[in-house]
Amino acid sequence: MLKEIRIAGFGGQGVILSAHITGRAVALHENGYATMTQNYGPEARGGAASAALVISDQPVLFPYVANPDILVVLSQEAFTRFTPEVKEGGTLLVEEDLVHMENLPQHLKVYSIPATRIAEELGKKMVLNVVMVGFFCSITGAVSYDACLAAVKDCVPAKFLDLNIKAFDRGFQFGQELLVKGTKPEADTESEAILESAN
Amino acid sequence: MSTTPELAILNPVEEVLRKDRIPTIWCPGCGIGTTVNSFAYALMGTGIDLKKTAIVSGIGCSGRVSGYMALDSFHTTHGRAIPFATGLKLANPELNVIVYSGDGDLTSIGGNHLVHAARRNMDLLVVCVNNMIYAMTGGQAAATTPGNSMSTTTPYGSFEPEICLPQLVDACGAVFVARWTAFHVKQLERTMAKALKKKGFRFIEVVTPCPTLYQRRNNMGDGLAAMMDYKNSQQDQERRPHLRSGHGARRRYHRR
Amino acid sequence: MTHADPRCVLTGTHFINGDAACCEGALAAGARFAAGYPITPSTEVVERFASRAPTVGGIFIQMEDELAASIALQGMVWAGQKSFTVTSGPGYSLMMEHIGLAAMTETPCVFVNVQRGGPSTGLPTLPAQGDMMQARFGSHGDYSTISLVPSTPQECFDLTVTAFNLAEQFRVPVMFMMDECVGHMTEKVVIPEASEIELYPRRRASKPPGEFLLFEPGPDLVPEMAHAGEGYNVYVTGLTHDNRGYPLMNPKMQRELITRQFEKISRAADQLTIVESEGVEGADVVIVAYGITARVSRRAIQMARDKGLKVGLLRLICVWPFPEKLIRELAPKVKALVMPELNMGQVVIELERCAGGKCKVISVPHPGGTVHKPADILEAIERGAQ
Repeated sequence: MLKEIRIAGFGGQGVILSAHITGRAVALHENGYATMTQNYGPEARGGAASAALVISDQPVLFPYVANPDILVVLSQEAFTRFTPEVKEGGTLLVEEDLVHMENLPQHLKVYSIPATRIAEELGKKMVLNVVMVGFFCSITGAVSYDACLAAVKDCVPAKFLDLNIKAFDRGFQFGQELLVKGTKPEADTESEAILESAN
Repeated sequence: MSTTPELAILNPVEEVLRKDRIPTIWCPGCGIGTTVNSFAYALMGTGIDLKKTAIVSGIGCSGRVSGYMALDSFHTTHGRAIPFATGLKLANPELNVIVYSGDGDLTSIGGNHLVHAARRNMDLLVVCVNNMIYAMTGGQAAATTPGNSMSTTTPYGSFEPEICLPQLVDACGAVFVARWTAFHVKQLERTMAKALKKKGFRFIEVVTPCPTLYQRRNNMGDGLAAMMDYKNSQQDQERRPHLRSGHGARRRYHRR
Repeated sequence: MTHADPRCVLTGTHFINGDAACCEGALAAGARFAAGYPITPSTEVVERFASRAPTVGGIFIQMEDELAASIALQGMVWAGQKSFTVTSGPGYSLMMEHIGLAAMTETPCVFVNVQRGGPSTGLPTLPAQGDMMQARFGSHGDYSTISLVPSTPQECFDLTVTAFNLAEQFRVPVMFMMDECVGHMTEKVVIPEASEIELYPRRRASKPPGEFLLFEPGPDLVPEMAHAGEGYNVYVTGLTHDNRGYPLMNPKMQRELITRQFEKISRAADQLTIVESEGVEGADVVIVAYGITARVSRRAIQMARDKGLKVGLLRLICVWPFPEKLIRELAPKVKALVMPELNMGQVVIELERCAGGKCKVISVPHPGGTVHKPADILEAIERGAQ
C-alpha cells in the first residue's frame, strides 16, 4: 500500500526530522520502503520547510509527492499552500494553535492537536515535532507504535531521550483519545468557517 | 644528455639533477638556472632526505625546474602547483614539499592559492622565480610586470602597477619571507638552506633577468647588465628583503 | 583484491540520504583524504567526510576554490592515498582542467558531481542530468574516462566503492554522476561488513628504482604506480610524456600515449558494460535511462504494461564508456528505444549513433528542476510501440 505524505511548517520546527523519524520507522523498523525528500528554502531558520515521504510495501519508484494522501501542517503558510493539493478523501493533521483553518475542503478528514502547547507543558517547545510524530502514528496507523518509538529513540540525543519518548507518547495518546471520541471538533469549525465565508 | 659523461669535470651538483634531462630549455643569460644552482647547493648542504623530498611546479619557464631535479618531480597545471603540493604534503606529512615556479604562474593565475596557502600556513617552501614577464608564451605582461614596462600585450607600456610579493605573502601570514636576486647566489643559497630547515609556509622571491623578453624589450641591456643593476641595488638594501619600499630594485633599472 | 578496513565501514542499516551514502562509500573504499569546496547540493558529502575522516586518520581540506580542490586531491593520490572531491555544476566546470590532468597523468581518483539544474548558477537545490556530456568530453583534448550514475542512496554507497575500484584498476579519474534528487533523497541504505567489500588495491611498482618506468604499460595497458617519497624520483607531467614520464612532445609519442590511454578503457568494454535490464527480452519498446530518471521510468513502464504494451528497461549504471555493443545488438530486436533524460538530449545522441537506424530512437528531454512525469515517458512509449 503506497502512501504519500507531506509534512510542512516553518524552518526550525523540526519538520524534516519528523519526516525522517517516520520514514526511518517504516524502512528500518518495519519491512517497508520509505523515501524522503525535502524542499530547500534559502533560510536556515524561519521560512517554509517541507518534507515529502513516500511509504510503501514495494520499492518506491517516484520520489516526489504532488498530491499527498496525508498532509501534516505546522504553520498557516503550509496550510494555505499545501491543503489544496491533498487527495480526495485525504487526511489532514493540524497544529491547531498555529493554524486557522479557512476554506477547508469538505472531503478531508481533519484531526488537530495543540502540539506546541503539549511540548511546552513537557518543558521544551522543541519536541513539538515528536509530539506530531506520535499523533501521526496514532491517527493514521501508517506505521506501528513500536516502529515509530524505536525510530524516535534512534534519532534524538541521549540526553533528551526521556523527554522525546514522553512527547511521542503524549502525541500518540492525544490521537487515541481523539479517535475514541470519534468526533471531529474541526467539523464544526469547518462548517462555521464555511458559514462565515458564505455570510 | 649523452655528452655529460665525456666531460672531464663533473657538475658539482649533479647528484640532485636529472642528468638525462640536461641541457635545459632556458635561454643564455636567463636567471632561472642560476637559482637552480643555489637551490641544488642548498639541498645538498642541508642534508635533508632527498628521497623524501618532492618538488612541484606549475607551467612556464620556471615551471620546468621540477623536471630537472632528481627528486620526486611534479609538473602540474598553470597556477596550481601550490594546491597540488598542499595535497601531497597533507597526505604524506613526511615529505619535504617545495613549490618552484614562476611569477606569472604563482602570483597571477595562481595568486589566490598563494594567498590561501600562506594564510593556512601550509608546510611548504615556495620559491618564486620572478622574471617579471610571461616568458614561455613570448613576453606578455604579468601581475609582476612593473608599471610602464613594455610587453607584447602592453605595447604602450603597462599602466597597471605591479604586485609586491614579499609584502603580500607576509600580510597573509607566511612564517618566512625573503627576496634575493639572481646576482646574490651565495645569499640565496644560504636563505634557501635556512628555509628548507624551517617549518610552515616559507616564501622566497628571486628576481631574475629575462634577457630575451623583458630586458631587451625594455632597453635594459643583457644578462650582465641586469647583474650590475642587481649588484648596485643591493648596496642600498644590504641583505634585507626590502619589504617597505616595494619594488625599489626593479624600478631602478627600468629606464625606457 | 583486498577488503575494506573495518574501522572505516559503518556496517549496519541506515536511513540516510545519497550524499551521506556517497561519503560512507568513499570511506569504505579506502579514501581517507578529500579536498573540496562547498557547493549545493553536494556539500553534505564533504561535511560528513570532514567529521568522519579525522576519526580514521584522514583529512578533509576545504580549499580556496574548485580548481585547487581538484588538484589537491591529485597531490594526495601521488602521496600514496586514495582521494576524491565532490562538487556540483559550477564547481565541476572549474574542475575540468584537472580532470584532464588526472587523465593525462593516469591518476586514480574520483570526482563526484551532484548534478543540479544549469547552465551557470541555474537551480542550486533542484536536480538535473545536464553534465553528462561534460563528464565525457568536458576537459580539453582527447581522453577516455569512466562515469557511473547511481539511482538510489543505496547505489550512492555501492557505486562509490565501485568508482574507486575502477579508478584504481584503470588508473583514470572516475566521474560519479549523482543528481540533487538522489543526493538529497533519504532511504534505507545497507552497509555490509567490511569483509564483504572488495577493494582493488593500488597498482604499486613491482620493480625497484632504476628499473621501474612510471608509465610503462602492463599487459592490460595500465601502468604501475610509484609515489612521492618512495625513492623512485617519479616525474609526473601534464605534457605528453614517454614511459619514464619525461616530456616528449612529438606526434609519435602523442599517438602512442593517447591511443594507449583510450585502449586501456576500450579493451575492457565488456567489464565496463554495467547495466541493469528488466523485461528487455521480447519487448517492443525498451527504455534506456540512467540515474533518477531510470527509476521514474519504472512507473511509466508499469503504466504501459497495464495497457498491455511490451516494455523493458535498460538502466545504464556505467554511462561512459557507452555500452555500444549492447545497444547495437538490441536495436534490431525492438521497435523503439526511448531515452528520458533530465537534459535536452545528451546521451541520446550516443544511443542514436549506436542504434544505427535499426529502430526508432525517441528522446524524452527535460530541462531539469524536477523529474519526468511518468505520463510523459508513457506517451513516448506509446509512440514507440506504434
